[in-house]
Amino acid sequence: MRASDRIFGAVVVLGSLAYVASASQIAAPFFSDPLGSRAFPMAVGIVAAICGAMMVFSPDEDPEWPAMRSLLALAVATVLLVGYAYALRPLGFLLPTAIVSAVLSFQIAGRPVAAVLTGVGLSVGLWLLFRFVLGLSLQGLPAGWG
Amino acid sequence: MDILANLSLGFSIALSPYTLMLAVLGCFLGTIVGALPGLGPSNGVAIMIPLTFTLGLDAVAALVLLTSIYYGAMYGGRISSILLNIPGDEPAMMTCLDGHPMAKNGRPGDALVISGVASFVGATLSTIGLMFLAPILANIAYQFGPAEYFALYLLAFCTLGGIASKNQAKAAFASCLGIMIAMIGLDPNSGMARLTGGNLHLYDGVDFLVAIVGLFAVSEVFFFIEKHGAQGALNVVLGRVTVPWRDIWATRWTMARSSVLGFIAGVLPGAGASLGSFLTYVTEKSIAGEKGGFGTGVPKGIAAPEVGNNAAAGGALVPMLTLGVPGSGTTAVLLAVLVTLNITPGPTLFTDRPDVVWGLIASLLIANFVLLAMNVPMVKVFVKILDLPPAVLMPFVTMVAFVGIYSLTGSYFDLLLVTAFGVLGYVLRKLDIPTVPVILGILLGGKMEKQLRDAMVLSDGDWTYLVSSPISVGLLIAAFLGFIAPMFLRRILRKPTPPETAKGRD
Repeated sequence: MRASDRIFGAVVVLGSLAYVASASQIAAPFFSDPLGSRAFPMAVGIVAAICGAMMVFSPDEDPEWPAMRSLLALAVATVLLVGYAYALRPLGFLLPTAIVSAVLSFQIAGRPVAAVLTGVGLSVGLWLLFRFVLGLSLQGLPAGWG
Repeated sequence: MDILANLSLGFSIALSPYTLMLAVLGCFLGTIVGALPGLGPSNGVAIMIPLTFTLGLDAVAALVLLTSIYYGAMYGGRISSILLNIPGDEPAMMTCLDGHPMAKNGRPGDALVISGVASFVGATLSTIGLMFLAPILANIAYQFGPAEYFALYLLAFCTLGGIASKNQAKAAFASCLGIMIAMIGLDPNSGMARLTGGNLHLYDGVDFLVAIVGLFAVSEVFFFIEKHGAQGALNVVLGRVTVPWRDIWATRWTMARSSVLGFIAGVLPGAGASLGSFLTYVTEKSIAGEKGGFGTGVPKGIAAPEVGNNAAAGGALVPMLTLGVPGSGTTAVLLAVLVTLNITPGPTLFTDRPDVVWGLIASLLIANFVLLAMNVPMVKVFVKILDLPPAVLMPFVTMVAFVGIYSLTGSYFDLLLVTAFGVLGYVLRKLDIPTVPVILGILLGGKMEKQLRDAMVLSDGDWTYLVSSPISVGLLIAAFLGFIAPMFLRRILRKPTPPETAKGRD
């Protein structure tokens, strides 16, 4: 099976062409240099599309994709990190960090008690490190709690 | 004796207690980073960058700290290669071949000492090489105009990943992807927004630090989750560490040859330390022949790749400092640091900021001695660190990376981008698409376009201007050769050696 490269190559071709199309719409300023704002991004986009086409026509062997369970774990980790990005400001450093590092630790080693300890330990330890040793102004607790 | 005067300036900066302390700290952290499987030099430097800025280090201090980590990681990479048979980082892969067998034969201490000394020889000689070669190259680089720089960037993209990657289309795509991401943001010439999709967060462009941390550090975490942290256990008992003088002396010519070869591999744009260790190992193996016993745990087989990758690490700094074109993934990361510190690498760096250049070189020389001390008599400390389970290490790395980025920009959007780059990095690495060209594209894409546009302004739109000087023609030819050569070389290198019976026919 060589499906991975073909699919990825097709995505690259479509994405690159969309990029070229969008680059061709860049508004032209009144005064411009001979080359202008559009030419270079469009040229690079076209080269990328050619590379994508080459991946479609001469693909490599498929890599070993993880099993469904691992993929699910990866999806959970991604959602968690996205959530972390949104939670860091309103909830402060300690709580989100403890949750994310505990879950990541559990996903890597699969030991629940060790994972909780890792989460709490990392969260408090890093907070002390960042706040008092490195002097970053990190909000520790949720806004309004101190 | 310009160099001596400059060097004494460098040492006057490097020997200040504060700088010295940073160098020692960097060496220590670097060796840890290198020794831990899954944390390579690029990762280690990448997660430290945001912290460097929030600590408010000045240019010299930041650079000393980060390059010490870089050198330290090059030393440390061998520890897990030898003891676990898992390379701590990519260039240390070749050290597994003879290092682990020697450790299994009951000589782990000797293997660590030989490789430590080899690292020292390679790194010191290449730092001296850097000292002499860099000013010469800087003088040549003075003659570079927009056309030459454009050709130079093209050369970097064409050769980068060429040898490391198996598929040229994939390497080229990786470069294009980086350049395409670099185009996002305000057009430097006209001030108009380009390709932002109307998202105000993207008007400043994509910060390459965000891309680096995502592609290197976060994607590594994903790999650990996929593998559930499966890691080889320490199956070698390390007893008393003594210095096998005889073995080290026996490898002196191997070390000398490998230093030169590794340094050259490092200087070539885009080749880097992995190529350095590969070339030196293969060369020494063919010099030693069948009787050399390479692969069974011989001292030369340990010394060659370690000298090679450390010499390449120094060599890779040459194009980075003189031309602003990094020779490897980690030097690309270091270049990002310089750019963020408002220091433009290039020929003018040597005249405008001699304190930066020579302070760095002097610190590197000092760092080598510190590293030798840490990696030979104190190596046991770092062996202990291999017991740190990934289930603690990887969450730690993730959190430090995220907080570093957050404290730098204070924007939740950048944290989203880090995650996105982490997913992208995972997919790219799964498909065997190199990630270093992506970083280089983001870093140099904007400059490459600017040089091209400047060239067109100077020549009033005449394309032949790009091939009007011998330097730019030479660089363009080198770029073309650098792009197609791996396709043929790969075929030759892969070709299985013909069996003995087939040789006697002619």
